[in-house]
Amino acid sequence: MEKILEVEHLVKIYTLGSITSRVHITAVDNVSFSIDAGEIFTLAGESGCGKTTTAKMVLGFEDPTSGTIVHGGKRHESSTKKKVWFTEGVQAIFQDPFGTFNPLRTVDRYFFETVQNYKLAKSNEEAIELIDQKLRAVGLSYSQFAGKYPSEFSGGQLQRISVARALLTDPSLLIADEPVSMVDASLRMSIVNLFDKLRKEFGMSVLYITHDLATAYYVSDRIAVMFRGNIVEMGTVEQVLMNPRHPYTQLLKESIPEADPEKRWKGRVKLSNSEEEEYLSMGCKFAARCPQVKDICRLEVPKDIIVDEVLVKCHLYSENVPAEQA
Amino acid sequence: MHACYILDVHGTQKVVQAVNQIDLVIKENEVYGIAGESGCGKSTLLKALAAVIEPPLRHIGGKIYYHVAGEMIDVSTLDAEEMRHLRWRFVSYVPQGSMSVLNPVVKIKETYKDFIISHVTGQSQKEAYELAKHHIAELGLPPEVMNAYPHQLSGGMRQRVTIALAALLSPQIIIADEPTTALDVVVQRGVVQLIKDIQQKLQNTVILVTHDMGVHANVADRIGIMYAGKIVEEAPTDIIFAEPLHPYTQYLINSLPQFGDKTRRESVPGSPPELSDLPGGCAFHPRCPYVMDICKEKMPDYIAIKPDHKVACWLVEEGKGH
Repeated sequence: MEKILEVEHLVKIYTLGSITSRVHITAVDNVSFSIDAGEIFTLAGESGCGKTTTAKMVLGFEDPTSGTIVHGGKRHESSTKKKVWFTEGVQAIFQDPFGTFNPLRTVDRYFFETVQNYKLAKSNEEAIELIDQKLRAVGLSYSQFAGKYPSEFSGGQLQRISVARALLTDPSLLIADEPVSMVDASLRMSIVNLFDKLRKEFGMSVLYITHDLATAYYVSDRIAVMFRGNIVEMGTVEQVLMNPRHPYTQLLKESIPEADPEKRWKGRVKLSNSEEEEYLSMGCKFAARCPQVKDICRLEVPKDIIVDEVLVKCHLYSENVPAEQA
Repeated sequence: MHACYILDVHGTQKVVQAVNQIDLVIKENEVYGIAGESGCGKSTLLKALAAVIEPPLRHIGGKIYYHVAGEMIDVSTLDAEEMRHLRWRFVSYVPQGSMSVLNPVVKIKETYKDFIISHVTGQSQKEAYELAKHHIAELGLPPEVMNAYPHQLSGGMRQRVTIALAALLSPQIIIADEPTTALDVVVQRGVVQLIKDIQQKLQNTVILVTHDMGVHANVADRIGIMYAGKIVEEAPTDIIFAEPLHPYTQYLINSLPQFGDKTRRESVPGSPPELSDLPGGCAFHPRCPYVMDICKEKMPDYIAIKPDHKVACWLVEEGKGH
């Protein structure tokens, strides 16, 4: 199966601080993964884990410090001219639908602009037909939408409109960065069901970036869990989420509030005091909060190890074969 | 209780029925959850409960009673000075977004000292600081936060600092409006844990508003489901999840994904109504899968099916309950 996206040994280092005290934060630390055609792949983790930085590099908004990104077989070069094949094939939607659209413009203007820029239609009628087609794919129609300002739509509707706009160029990959975080919990299904529909009807792949493991389980095929710049666990959602091996994945999963009083949280959680400290720690970055920490965890960075076809970056599994030798 | 926004724009009056004839009894030593989507009027309800009613929000009818030191006081009759005396000591209010509470240009300790000095007489700067430090330590927050500016703290830490501030003078009621929205899942758990710790320590009442039924399942003792300015169902947490009677409650619970289950789920179809333009009869009828003719004409009564389980729905009233 052709790979829509390949990310190899991606690194991004930010330098903070003044001349006298420089701090290097490795926001993305040797991240590698790939997405097949028609696959929904989740990059999961909390704020500050590097998933959005990874997305920005995949989209070309930021240049990697090192590593390569390959879109559908074509290597991504950092240059000032954004190649059309690139932006046609890859589109994105973001967390805040109201931040995506200028409140002083009608939403349809964005659609017409995209159609013009990519020469997707030869006449106004054709443009409207194309726009209507894409809106219908997300459960809306041109008549409901023409001439309206962003404030006239709800957050959920506006997110669906963002998806429709992204569909105009028939992309093979949609990158969705926290698309449901600002939408009410009860309405998230409508957005997430849409990804599945697009995958089934158009063979589109989705890179779904979120901290919500429940929707990730529901809609994705494979998942990579990130913590402070590293992928700590990666595999199919059944393997990773139904039987999490890395203590951080276990913590993430246990912390999801289930709508069932029989399944309340057990035990207490310890939150990190300083994100910076965790980034800069020697050894495993989760060591300070890990309930199963061993001495070696504080000293040595764990290797990537394969356990039953799942990649886990944890000393607990060091008896298994390391990924490089597998 | 009835409170609306009366907006007077270009001479035409627009009435937003944010809180539409609500009766609520909230007990001591409980966590009362209010669940509902954005735009249902829950923030307005909280403002009314905290007696923070300012134009264009107007209090149209009904009363809010606080049971203070053995007396029932009608909050709507108090003047500004008396209200200020009650605030923070009897009832404290945590609005959505901690940055509305924390002064961004001073360190956390200054905000704490400021609150203490304006609400507790006879405290010197030093005593106030000591009280604040002790309080933060008791709740398990790191002492370094005192010397930080709000922007230096993570979102979750800011939220916890704000909640700790609300609990500082051991108020009998703490009202929290969407305290965990937009927080990461582990941080959300930490914030809810803090709220539970505070409630157990003070044995007071916490009124918590959120749209996330998962959070309510973990922290609330009783839940009130709010829709279009009205409470449509109310029961203890276990019962609301085991036997949700109102179709809207059923939807709220079923629209959340659960692990191990990839069967297709749906969100509630349609959108919540504009509070200034409510449909006739039961406000939920355009989105209700079990709608009957009577639902379009008359608003159902809010009745007690069992002593602790109330619901407003024609399906239930007419005995065709689900």
